Amino acid sequence: MTEWINVILQGVLIGGLYAMFAAGLSLIFGVMRLVNIAHGDLIVLAAYVALMVTQSLGIDPLVSLILVVPIMALIGYALQRGLLNFTLGEDILPPLLVTFGLSIILQNGLLELFTADSRKLQAGAIEIQTFQMMNGVWVGVLPLIQFVVAVGVIAGLQGLFYRTALGRAFRATSDDQPVAQLMGLDTRHVFAMAMALSLAVIAIAGVFLAVRANFDPSIGPARLIFGFEAVIIGGLGSMWGTLAGGIILGVSQAIGAQINPGWQLLAGHIVFLAILALRPQGLFPKVSG
Amino acid sequence: MMRVEHATTSSRIGVALIAVALVVLALAPFWGARETLRLLAEIFTYIALASLWNLLAGYAGLVSVGQQAFVGFGGYLLFALAMLAGVHPILAILLAGPAAALVAVPVAMLIFRLRGAYFAIGTWVVAEVFRLIASQISVLGGGSGISLPAAIVIAMAPSRQLREFETYWLALALTVLILGVIVALLRSRHGLALTAIRDNELAAQSNGIDVTRLKFIVYVLTAFGTGMMGGLIFLMKLRISPDTAFSVNDWTAFVIFITVIGGIGRIEGPIIGTVIFFVMRQTLSDLGSLYLLMMGAVAIIIMLWAPKGLWGLIAELLGWQVLPLQRRLLISGAAEKPGKKS
Repeated sequence: MTEWINVILQGVLIGGLYAMFAAGLSLIFGVMRLVNIAHGDLIVLAAYVALMVTQSLGIDPLVSLILVVPIMALIGYALQRGLLNFTLGEDILPPLLVTFGLSIILQNGLLELFTADSRKLQAGAIEIQTFQMMNGVWVGVLPLIQFVVAVGVIAGLQGLFYRTALGRAFRATSDDQPVAQLMGLDTRHVFAMAMALSLAVIAIAGVFLAVRANFDPSIGPARLIFGFEAVIIGGLGSMWGTLAGGIILGVSQAIGAQINPGWQLLAGHIVFLAILALRPQGLFPKVSG
Repeated sequence: MMRVEHATTSSRIGVALIAVALVVLALAPFWGARETLRLLAEIFTYIALASLWNLLAGYAGLVSVGQQAFVGFGGYLLFALAMLAGVHPILAILLAGPAAALVAVPVAMLIFRLRGAYFAIGTWVVAEVFRLIASQISVLGGGSGISLPAAIVIAMAPSRQLREFETYWLALALTVLILGVIVALLRSRHGLALTAIRDNELAAQSNGIDVTRLKFIVYVLTAFGTGMMGGLIFLMKLRISPDTAFSVNDWTAFVIFITVIGGIGRIEGPIIGTVIFFVMRQTLSDLGSLYLLMMGAVAIIIMLWAPKGLWGLIAELLGWQVLPLQRRLLISGAAEKPGKKS
């Protein structure tokens, strides 16, 4: 019994990481209807940026976030203004194919710079610290921090969306771009801010991913798929939904892995497809389309 | 009296040139070396895969990044039928088509619930599911893959040379068949509907085209062709593994690159694109990952500055079409009036 409680608890905690993958994806889809195929590779890029920062400055990975988050946000702003803004329009093909090309560029660029070797960020003693939650159920300190940060990120995005001027601009642009423009919003800037914010979330997700497990340039697409599944399970347009989606995905994978190690990823995909079959709008939908 | 004419002068020349090229290619075993035959067969498979993807994404607007699901399915079906049921490999390849179409029906019913770009990632998830299932099948080598037993390969033809000729002709025949079906489809009334969807989906729908049904048919047809090509590809490779069979790079990234460079939404595009792709690969592949990086960059540049690809540029500048696909309304008695180009 405690064995299963442990499995489900680990699944919930990893679900927080998936929710962070999903939040950035959901944010830019909500604001500009852009699906970023390079999302997973940008997570991996953030992990490598963190690797360079920690190695050159000798600081702890979690402290490195102070630098990695603004660096990634800047990259996001530049990427949107310099490239992705030119792909937006009626046709969905250009943004899709351009981000697909970007994904290939990132993967092979990272491969060229850092080789295919597996890397990992060392966070020191905190990595193995655990505490007993109840009899026989142990929780790692780092996974717990990761989960709390994920909840904080989601809450922060939710607050930003509904309580700030920038959030108002996001919602206005999302609802009706031409009218938002008529009201004096520079949508190019609004889109770039959304991408910057998305990449700031990616930066946090990337650092936690890199502390938790090994990474190499090829693991991006799988992170994109996890994030995407969490978005669809949770329901498009709902920030708290992505958290629920991430947790459901994490728990399904953990249960699958417990039954047979080969079924970890398969179990997650099957739960995703089942939800698509039974409840295509997701569990907590907010917008359609 | 009114009638619709498809052909133009350039398409008449084009069809004549294609006929000559087909004869030359069909005789390739008599003039080409072994390496030439292998390279040509590989080029044919990419022309077929890219043309199918072009039909799917360029005409029906279904941008899939998961066609490797059907390439891998066809490949695995070939190995399963040949090794476990003793079916002749060529028959197995022909069976892979209907089998893939059958599998595509429930897949389409699921992922058609996703729109636009989310549809794209949905197709990718399906391909991942196929890959993970394939790696669980231990009689077909599980995660590490398996080679086609020598006995099956030897039984295909009396000599190695004849077997190579056989595979070459099969590759040529299947590619011509697939292109022929696509051209016939585009010339039919469904083709007119597809062209309308390509140009403006909403307008097509309001003119009474059942857009969803047509997209469904195109998706299943594409799976049919892609599954057969998958079987053929892995008969040429003689070895299969989940990672090669369901590779997103080999069967989707390259195919998208080919179609985008050549010209998406035009039948000639994938053919031009395949030629460019192979010229680049033969000259630049020593660069390894840098070569792939350049490919991604070229695709982005084309998408931004010449979204209709190289053939699109040529066709717009010179008004050429190689295959008779345009529709021009001819009214006898009156002067020839060019209709709207399709």
